[in-house]
Amino acid sequence: MSSDLTRLTAAELAEKIHAREITSVEVTQAHLGRIEQVDGTVHAFLHVDTDGALEAARRVDEALAAGEPPASPLAGVPLALKDVFTTSDMPTTCGSKMLAGWIPPYDATVTRRLREAGIVILGKTNMDEFAMGSSTENSAYGPTRNPWDLDRIPGGSGGGSSASLAAFEAPLAIGTDTGGSIRQPGAVTGTVGVKPTYGGVSRYGLVAFSSSLDQGGPCARTVLDAALLHEVIGGHDPLDSTSIDAPVPPVVAAAREGASGDLTGVRVGVVREFSGEGYQPGVLAAFQRAVEQLGRLGAEVVEVSCPHFDYALPAYYLIAPSECSSNLARFDGMRYGLRSRENGHSAEEVMSLTREAGFGPEVKRRIMLGTYALSAGYYDAYYGQAQKVRTLIVRDFEAAFDRVDVLVAPTTPTTAFRIGERVDDPMAMYLADLCTIPANLAGNAALSVPCGLSEDDGLPVGLQVMAPAMEDHRMYRVAAAYQAARDDAEGGPLIHRVPDLEVTAR
Amino acid sequence: MTAVAELMDYAEVVERFDPVLGLEVHVELNTNTKMFCGCPTAFGAEPNTQVCPTCLGLPGSLPVVNRKAVESAIRIGLALNCEIAEWCRFARKNYFYPDMPKNFQTSQYDEPIAFNGHLDVVLDDGEVFRVGIERAHMEEDTGKSLHVGGSGGRIHGAEHSLLDYNRAGVPLIEIVTKPVEGAGERAPEVARAYVTALRDLLRALDVSDVRMDQGSLRCDANVSLKPKGTAEFGTRTETKNVNSLRSVERAVRYEMCRQAAVLTGGGSVVQETRHFDESTGSTAAGRRKETSEDYRYFPEPDLVPLAPSREWVKELSATLPELPWERRKRAQEEWGLSDAELRDLVNAGALELVAETVEAGASPDEARGWWVSYLAQQANARGVEIADLPITPKQVARVIALVAEGALTNKLARQVVDGVLAGEGEPDEVVAARGLRVVSDDSALLAAVDEALAAQPDVAEKIRGGKVQAAGAIVGAVMKATRGQADAKRVRELVIERCS
Ligand SMILES: [Zn+2]
Repeated sequence: MSSDLTRLTAAELAEKIHAREITSVEVTQAHLGRIEQVDGTVHAFLHVDTDGALEAARRVDEALAAGEPPASPLAGVPLALKDVFTTSDMPTTCGSKMLAGWIPPYDATVTRRLREAGIVILGKTNMDEFAMGSSTENSAYGPTRNPWDLDRIPGGSGGGSSASLAAFEAPLAIGTDTGGSIRQPGAVTGTVGVKPTYGGVSRYGLVAFSSSLDQGGPCARTVLDAALLHEVIGGHDPLDSTSIDAPVPPVVAAAREGASGDLTGVRVGVVREFSGEGYQPGVLAAFQRAVEQLGRLGAEVVEVSCPHFDYALPAYYLIAPSECSSNLARFDGMRYGLRSRENGHSAEEVMSLTREAGFGPEVKRRIMLGTYALSAGYYDAYYGQAQKVRTLIVRDFEAAFDRVDVLVAPTTPTTAFRIGERVDDPMAMYLADLCTIPANLAGNAALSVPCGLSEDDGLPVGLQVMAPAMEDHRMYRVAAAYQAARDDAEGGPLIHRVPDLEVTAR
Repeated sequence: MTAVAELMDYAEVVERFDPVLGLEVHVELNTNTKMFCGCPTAFGAEPNTQVCPTCLGLPGSLPVVNRKAVESAIRIGLALNCEIAEWCRFARKNYFYPDMPKNFQTSQYDEPIAFNGHLDVVLDDGEVFRVGIERAHMEEDTGKSLHVGGSGGRIHGAEHSLLDYNRAGVPLIEIVTKPVEGAGERAPEVARAYVTALRDLLRALDVSDVRMDQGSLRCDANVSLKPKGTAEFGTRTETKNVNSLRSVERAVRYEMCRQAAVLTGGGSVVQETRHFDESTGSTAAGRRKETSEDYRYFPEPDLVPLAPSREWVKELSATLPELPWERRKRAQEEWGLSDAELRDLVNAGALELVAETVEAGASPDEARGWWVSYLAQQANARGVEIADLPITPKQVARVIALVAEGALTNKLARQVVDGVLAGEGEPDEVVAARGLRVVSDDSALLAAVDEALAAQPDVAEKIRGGKVQAAGAIVGAVMKATRGQADAKRVRELVIERCS
């Protein structure tokens, strides 16, 4: 019974809960049980809130039993929340020793909207420290493992969220995407990850890495589930000045429309710059098959060039560290979180000792990069120049979207690499986000949908679909059509081909 | 304790050097809520009771701009004859300090909301000096540290420090002058007059409490000297902790004398922050920085750019009250004042008090006479601002009316005012209680007159003989007999009447 429930999609679970065929408590227990069985191996969660989750589930069941309509289309469905959103009843550590045990006094807007929608928060998922990384190896609490191959990374920074989906520990998850931290983990775990338009989902209560790039978004195993979650968490928030004051794009309707499988009249642009050297042949082959599939669904496929995308990675590695050097300055041991216990020091020394002890090497590397890039005399050459590149990338997107409705590319140049393989080579690690970064710099919408397994290693590959700002529904339609067609042709969802995990006690 | 600095005689300083000033004034706005969150801004609350995730800089919190603060900033800019930016941004000023919760201050850098204006400042002798305004920008205040266990609340030697974030995030406007040149020996006076004029302006705009003693108006004075005839500015010092108008003048003057002594002694002025000591009137070097601070400014990514529409700016421009100098000009015209009379009135800080007294029915001359002389003296003697005297313009107008009616002489009127100031009630109550009303009952007066005439028959004879000027002796005797409560004019009339 319980293993069956964990295999269902969020939409299916919601339907059964709302029809009172099953209870939210049963669904929640099934997932808590699964976590108990496999998370000792996968390590997707940093914190599991058994009591809170069951209590939330019970409330949903009681409301339904009392004849109330469901609070949302996903009421009663469990979810795994990335440990970068504040929760007033659970620790929020951001994968850092700096915030070990810190329980915020307030809920993030995303957290609040999840609760109000009757979604059951199972716990908080592992991540690269302060969302800096592409493998979840930078977590101060140890790496998360990819359910497809336990020796491999689940992507990052949101590897906990993507792994929880692939391990059937949760049907839904929330991630954040600053340079690809939702899409790249989605790609390497065979799950769906969406970075909405910047400003589409409130950042209030999302512990900032790079404010102008960070964007929370939905993670799921199907495009429809992601769309349902997108509509729950999206929309204007007066507490976030950068949140867009406009209705949420009609992503659920687009996902349902797409699932009918017809893309006639949709113009799809293949980004020329995302291929060639550095791309794994199996990834390019899977991507090619996906593009052909889109053509068979009626889409008009053309090649487009975005020449400035080549400069996206260096520009990103100036802007994101610059903003992070400032955003992370508040972690100084004065008010909350870790404080150096060495006695007899001035406030300045305590700050310095705390930061030395509390931050991991990647966070320190980026703080130093950013501090340097913002320094007097270097600002124009680095931060200023990077902002100009950003403008050029926006223009590339605009020119491309004049010709096509959506752009497609591989989500990542390679499949999941081995744990430890790139830890000593930051540049190789940074390349994992090569294809995802342009959408962050431009602020437009992008998602990753599974597009089969790479022939060379049998690991999942992601198809990235990008849409203009606030046209998120376009990519949902294309991705839903593609997923339906692929599942039909291959005899079922790709995620069902994930190997069985050995069941161990947590 | 460092050695007392050498000072050059002021007359010699201004003979050999030209001072250049730069004044930075921080003004706490009187908005109900903070710059980027909804917390209240009231002064003096229990520590850390007016805080929230945003002004505590908790992880995940975000700022939202206070529209009222932007409105105040624009109004200040307009009143200072500034251009108002069509598009501007906030910026982060990054530095580590425990009383700053985010370890950066959200401020404005190269894109201030108001820039390029001026303020005309009236000096003590009525001369007008124009001070250029470089910029006025918005920012948030920091919290406060309280150092416990050291000497005099200083961090040095303290055992521990307490932090109060109630003030963190209170809206501030920083107003920066262009270099103030050409003031010569009057530089200290210009500095004081500028801060005074700015305070009056901000008060008229009703955007701040402008209390220097509570820190809602804070002034940093940059001073440098250049030898007469040279063009290049000298090295400047920045003096902080200048907490009164008088201190502004003293601090500038002290720095001029100190720097001149350093320069003529073959030394060079160190670019540093100095602190003014109210008790000694001197400045002392703060902790010296090894390198100049690099604040790593960059545009605040958590806020969208601010683009005040021209219609809004126009609307706000229409809400500007009559500004102090316009007000003065109008008073001068309406009341027919000479420049000197206006200056005395303004220096006494009594313009609005006189206006309200006139409003309550007094003549402008009478009203001005009372406030600029007798009441100004009383304020001075009590060491309070004239506006804080416990007498209202309405009460002053009533006293003036009683004099005009003949019910009080000027001498009695002063006693009535003293009574009001002493808290004895309304003027009429004081008159009644103290029995000060002029004796105008002719029968009572006539008896006194007859008595005086009888007592001095030779004088009475002279008056009867047509020597009217002799009446003075009889009038004096009557006044003495009535203890000054009689109307001398009426007494004189009665004396002449009796002798004719
Ligand atoms: Zn607050």
